[in-house]
Amino acid sequence: MGSSDRSRLGALLRHLGVEGPTSSSISAFPTSAAHSAFSHLLQAPEDPILGVTVAFNKDPSPVKLNLGVGAYRTEEGKPLVLNVVRRAEQQLVNDRSRVKEYLPIVGLAEFNKLSAKLIFGADSPAIRENRVTTVQCLSGTGSLRVGGEFLGRHYHQRIIYIPLPTWGNHPKVFTLAGLSVKTYRYYDPATRGLNFQGLLEDLGTAPSGAIVLLHACAHNPTGVDPTLEQWEQIRQLMRSKGLLPFFDSAYQGFASGNLDADAQSVRMFVADGGECLVAQSYAKNMGLYGERVGALSIVCNTADVAGRVESQLKLVIRPMYSNPPIHGASIVAAILKDRDMYNEWTIELKAMADRIISMRHQLFDALHARGTPGDWSHIIKQIGMFTFTGLNSEQVAFMTKEFHIYMTSDGRISMAGLSSTTVAHLADAIHAAVTHAG
Amino acid sequence: MALRNTISGRISGRGRRSMSSWWGSVEPAPKDPILGVTEAFLADPSPHKVNVGVGAYRDDNGKPVVLQCVREAERRIAGHSNMEYLPMGGSVKMIEETLKLAYGENSELIKDKRIAAVQSLSGTGACRLFADFQKRFRPDSQIYIPVPTWSNHHNIWRDAQVPQRTFHYYHPESKGLDFAGMMDDIRNAPSGSFFLLHACAHNPTGVDPSEEQWKEISYQFKVKGHFPFFDMAYQGFASGDPERDAKSIRIFLEDGHLIGIAQSYAKNMGLYGQRVGCLSVLCEDEKQAVAVKSQLQQLARPMYSNPPVHGALIVSTILGDPDLKKLWLKEVKVMADRIIGMRTALRENLEKLGSPLLWEHITKQIGMFCYSGMTPEQVDRLTDEFHIYMTRNGRISMAGVTTGNVGYLANAIHEVTKSA
Repeated sequence: MGSSDRSRLGALLRHLGVEGPTSSSISAFPTSAAHSAFSHLLQAPEDPILGVTVAFNKDPSPVKLNLGVGAYRTEEGKPLVLNVVRRAEQQLVNDRSRVKEYLPIVGLAEFNKLSAKLIFGADSPAIRENRVTTVQCLSGTGSLRVGGEFLGRHYHQRIIYIPLPTWGNHPKVFTLAGLSVKTYRYYDPATRGLNFQGLLEDLGTAPSGAIVLLHACAHNPTGVDPTLEQWEQIRQLMRSKGLLPFFDSAYQGFASGNLDADAQSVRMFVADGGECLVAQSYAKNMGLYGERVGALSIVCNTADVAGRVESQLKLVIRPMYSNPPIHGASIVAAILKDRDMYNEWTIELKAMADRIISMRHQLFDALHARGTPGDWSHIIKQIGMFTFTGLNSEQVAFMTKEFHIYMTSDGRISMAGLSSTTVAHLADAIHAAVTHAG
Repeated sequence: MALRNTISGRISGRGRRSMSSWWGSVEPAPKDPILGVTEAFLADPSPHKVNVGVGAYRDDNGKPVVLQCVREAERRIAGHSNMEYLPMGGSVKMIEETLKLAYGENSELIKDKRIAAVQSLSGTGACRLFADFQKRFRPDSQIYIPVPTWSNHHNIWRDAQVPQRTFHYYHPESKGLDFAGMMDDIRNAPSGSFFLLHACAHNPTGVDPSEEQWKEISYQFKVKGHFPFFDMAYQGFASGDPERDAKSIRIFLEDGHLIGIAQSYAKNMGLYGQRVGCLSVLCEDEKQAVAVKSQLQQLARPMYSNPPVHGALIVSTILGDPDLKKLWLKEVKVMADRIIGMRTALRENLEKLGSPLLWEHITKQIGMFCYSGMTPEQVDRLTDEFHIYMTRNGRISMAGVTTGNVGYLANAIHEVTKSA
């Protein structure tokens, strides 16, 4: 034992009240690297969606195509930052009076008001009557998680029904929020459309008060949406059973190209005076993906209830991340509150939606031209960023291996990742997969 | 027809507003003890009001500061970020630079890839991710938290459902460290316990162990096999020198502990609202680090999917450019020095006023906060009579003290404490 160790030991022993060091009373502490508290951990599997991009990045092939994660790409295959977003960005940078202080726990007030108007409509009675509480959250994921945690603490029913299939992250979000996840039938593989009867049956047998997750528009991953008439039936059924609607609105404006049209399902439920939750994301429709901008709104029966609900939402948020990031929300607020910028945004949004619709038609035509067996009309019937091709996992694996096409194994392709120059390659791959594989 | 009527707002008869709310029994939540102070301050119309509540830096005019290095970084970034999703674990570049700050510029641990690290939502997010991680993989463990600590620490581990215990830290009589009490608690805790330690500039007390004391704490941790989790929210802010402020961590690393660290750029880079931070866990080897990182990502994904890009870009732009990094270090020192200057000024003012109490602790304590020793009742008087806002535990954010208000503040404190 060295002299410095001895003196350190002496100091320690004095604190312990032991008289003088003895070589037998304290043995030298283990000097080899400490044993980790987490050595029993296994490596977690890759996220099924984000893992697609990881695999894509590793592929050296020059013809590879990433149709995995739902991020918009231009005709040139590049990410797109909207012009109006660049304008807003410059405004922010040039405004020397801006500081980087903490936002309140509920986020940027202006952003919250404007987000509520965007989804509920400027003339919404719920807003006019102060019955809506809106809190800024981290994009759609964060809004869903905060809403889920709130329900787990304050709602009398812990069961949430999610559609089959749904975005892969939904079950994890709600489970960690403390809810118990069940499913309701949604997609019909036979028609590649909505299993409406199954949906009504399953919601019809749900326990009273259960929470129901609804995709406001452009269902992910199937692209299959109820018609307005079907939405009305769903609304009536849910209200009669006291089921609580929780809307995930990640594609407002992206489905039809029109913001109001894409909000009809939500507005229908709010118009009947009942309560609901809505998670909004600006990741896709404003191209703000990595800035993590979103909002959770809870529509309540009275303003007093809305106030109390907001105070409880703060208790969920504070121990999670204290307050939300300011940058993305500032960009959104700048755009939504300025009439010119808002209009510019709607034009750019429609252009994105139109390009996707065009890709749908091009792919459909390409498959038709190749005489690919099967009915591919669902490609043009489905809505939004994704097409649920109906390809099985063997066919998907084949397409990845032979054609370097990357998509999730459920056969979902992101139309946003296609361009006029790559449609042919995809059509060839699908044709080959359908005629040779699976 | 009926459909359109419903949409246009005419109530169809079902689901009327007259139905009772699902949330009728929701109680109004209490205001956050720290953030609620600023809310109250903002609502006060008095021209004399002073906010020494939340720990956000102010310049000598009482104004928030955006560092020059940050403005320059933003100027370079604007128009160039494509705003794509970061990976779940966050910005690799930002993490690399951040680990160097904590573990050392040339740390072998970084070279050997033994550190599992993810970008987090500032310090809060880093602590919460770790707490969730601790719950999932060491479900039988508890967390030992110092008394007192940042109030949100309790909320974080509670919401992660990790049981909490406390250990002695602050010694009210001396307004310093209760070292003997702390060592007792470390010794008496079951072997392998998890401890939350403030790396420097303890919040709210400003009382830090000395280097010698840290060495003894580290030794005892070794004897007991405890897990040290460091919350480092003020690196650079305590002494003005980030390397010096990381001393506690370096001592533990030298002793071979496998630590965890929550780092924040909220204060030392003034990036508060950007929510930039990093959670790191030192592992036995690279393989384990890969596994741990993958599990941390699994916890982040259902919380927010991936962290915000803007703040991370600012950090990596600054720390990745030698000139900007130098500028940053200078600006951090200016902030720390101003606070140290205000400590001296406040103490001198109180002593000049002939206060019967001792105020030596104002200059002995370190970092953004001063634990004044005032009671909640005295704090209430400060607010009601003098429009001075601080948290009721008597914590003064020195960052809110200026040459313009230090006299007023000293006078007010003297008024409410002179008959104590």
